[in-house]
Amino acid sequence: MDTIQFILNGMMREALSPQTAAVAIAVIGLNIHFGFTGLINIGQSAFMLLGAYGFAISVWHGLPMVVGLALGFGAAFVFALILGAPTLKLRGDYLAIVTISAAEIIRYVGRSALLTDFTGSAQGIPGSQYRDPFTSLSFFGGGQFTLLPFNYTDVADGAAWVRIIGWVLVVACAVVLIQRLRRGHAFAGLGQAALMGALIIVGIFLLFFLFPVPNQRTGVNGWWVRFIAWGLVLLCTLVVYLLVRSPWGRLLRGIREDEDAIRSLGKNVFSIKMQALIIGGLFGALGGIVYVLPASVQPDSMGRSLTFFCYTALLLGGAATIFGPLLGSILFFAARIGIKYTAAAYVPDSIMNNQQTEQFSYIVVGVALMLIVIFRPQGILGNKRELRFNV
Amino acid sequence: MSDQMASPSVAPRGLADPAARRELVSGFEATPGSGKPDPILVVDNIVRQFGGMTAVDVQHLEVQRGIITALIGPNGAGKTTFFNLITGFDKPTSAGKGAHWAFDGRTLDKTSASSVARAGMVRTFQLTKALSAMTVIENMMLGAQDQAGENLFKSMFRGTWRKQEREIEAKADELLARFKLHEKKDDYAGSLSGGQRKLLEMARALMSDPKMIMLDEPMAGVNPALTQSLLGHIQSLRDEGMTVLFVEHDMHVVRHISDWVAVMAEGRLVAEGPAESVMSDQAVIDAYLGAHHDTDLGDDALLSDETMEELAEQVAAEEAEREAEEEAEGLR
Repeated sequence: MDTIQFILNGMMREALSPQTAAVAIAVIGLNIHFGFTGLINIGQSAFMLLGAYGFAISVWHGLPMVVGLALGFGAAFVFALILGAPTLKLRGDYLAIVTISAAEIIRYVGRSALLTDFTGSAQGIPGSQYRDPFTSLSFFGGGQFTLLPFNYTDVADGAAWVRIIGWVLVVACAVVLIQRLRRGHAFAGLGQAALMGALIIVGIFLLFFLFPVPNQRTGVNGWWVRFIAWGLVLLCTLVVYLLVRSPWGRLLRGIREDEDAIRSLGKNVFSIKMQALIIGGLFGALGGIVYVLPASVQPDSMGRSLTFFCYTALLLGGAATIFGPLLGSILFFAARIGIKYTAAAYVPDSIMNNQQTEQFSYIVVGVALMLIVIFRPQGILGNKRELRFNV
Repeated sequence: MSDQMASPSVAPRGLADPAARRELVSGFEATPGSGKPDPILVVDNIVRQFGGMTAVDVQHLEVQRGIITALIGPNGAGKTTFFNLITGFDKPTSAGKGAHWAFDGRTLDKTSASSVARAGMVRTFQLTKALSAMTVIENMMLGAQDQAGENLFKSMFRGTWRKQEREIEAKADELLARFKLHEKKDDYAGSLSGGQRKLLEMARALMSDPKMIMLDEPMAGVNPALTQSLLGHIQSLRDEGMTVLFVEHDMHVVRHISDWVAVMAEGRLVAEGPAESVMSDQAVIDAYLGAHHDTDLGDDALLSDETMEELAEQVAAEEAEREAEEEAEGLR
């Protein structure tokens, strides 16, 4: 029981981690690119890195945080313009090639020793250099082990049957939620929306009590970062929902289906694609800023592999859906930690040592991505009918 | 229901009457590139080369406003390429070197495909471009012009586009009813049959209130029953005052509905005239059937050396003539 509880705790911590939220924001941006507009952007990590650099470097050099945010977004904006201007008139593949190379260029420039004063080269910028203006905004007080008046660390301690009932309830909540989301119109009408909201809140509270989440090690005000990060995820989800239900969102999906048809209807396809690239890139920059808040700005932590994690999360949750990026990111990171801890706990060290379990978890993730694409291309929340004719 | 739908949305110009059209058309000169009294589209000196091959070389073409003009020609005559050129989907090789075309008085030499559509010249495609993963009604609503909700900044605030959206949907409903697609409104366009997709594409093009609609092989792959209704729709568009230019292979269709026919062969405009008479034009017969079409190749008598030699001589003579012609042109 204790091993299982340990694994579940680890998964919960990862699922709720602000970095998971940060990736979820970047995936929301990628969803606009790939899911709704059909732009194959394989450089989402570069948007994140630029956002992070813009924010961290300016705060580090004594500029106010607002200016830092503006510079982070500005960098991503300019990056999107530069990438989009030559490639968006060409076939989609070219954008893929250009984005992946540009992302590598950004990362290598960040690593370059010439810019040590700004980027800290390969060592990166330690979080302590730029985090303070953000943490000082906290109204969680010390916020170390209590969330508001609740001290939840020992609620279910020791009582196995309480936990089992709790898990069953959580799973039931999740299943109902996912089914309602897949059927669509989950938020149509006040009653429906209230039911959904209640389910979500009950589920989250149960989870909190079932899996006490230890504070993050880094002396960061953990709950404040978590609160802001997940708040931003919900805000971004809302923005995307508002965008894609509009005629603008309809245009995006039209462009994904057939650009020439949209052109023949008198729409400026280039400008719409550019808008989509920029909006998604700005989400990426925001994700990058959140990503480095509890950690440090390291160019290598935001490389190709992060982009591929984003794609896995997106395809897992369901491309071109509103909640797909959110669900996909949580499941992806929780599942990876689950695999890693399970392998570490049950596979003897002689077969697989600790370092290998880390690699093993990534291998399983890769295989999982392949299986998703082959057997369930629409992801968990995706609409199969939207994909069926898309041969 | 359909009577009410057929009520004209554009003021008729008196061209709904066949006699009036015949009278109008009889005034046109039946030569390639002839002038028309009220041309909506004027094309000059459009050349498109793919490597060494000249796909399109049209010196002059005028399309009369308010009638149905058919553009016919054998396979590879350059009809679709010509369509692509004037709608901005392709750029003429002669761009900047005398290529010039104007729609409704507006020069289109350097205009993008989307601006051409906004100017009022909307096209459909030979291989239908229905947006399969979107519903029929979404397809239709994409066709409407000047939507406030398509502006990124307004799109997030429903209040700014809700009213317009309702109007657009009403208009789309009306058109869908007219094209008998109304029951399919919420189906994915990918689940429609080939003919229904052609109808949808035509209806979607009409959402933008075009002045002229260009149909690229609207009957290709459509069953005979649906062909009838498609023809009816095209004619009713004309009767409402819209100009129609369409590419077609099927001579029966062309003869049935077109008021004026332009014939292309090997990239050039070889003949123009009313449907009844243009078919008997020698250039058209040559282009379509080959100059030796009345020789029966299945006839055993042909296998005699004598006839073969005769044919070979004929062909050689024609070739020499053609070369001489080309040389003369080159000297010019």
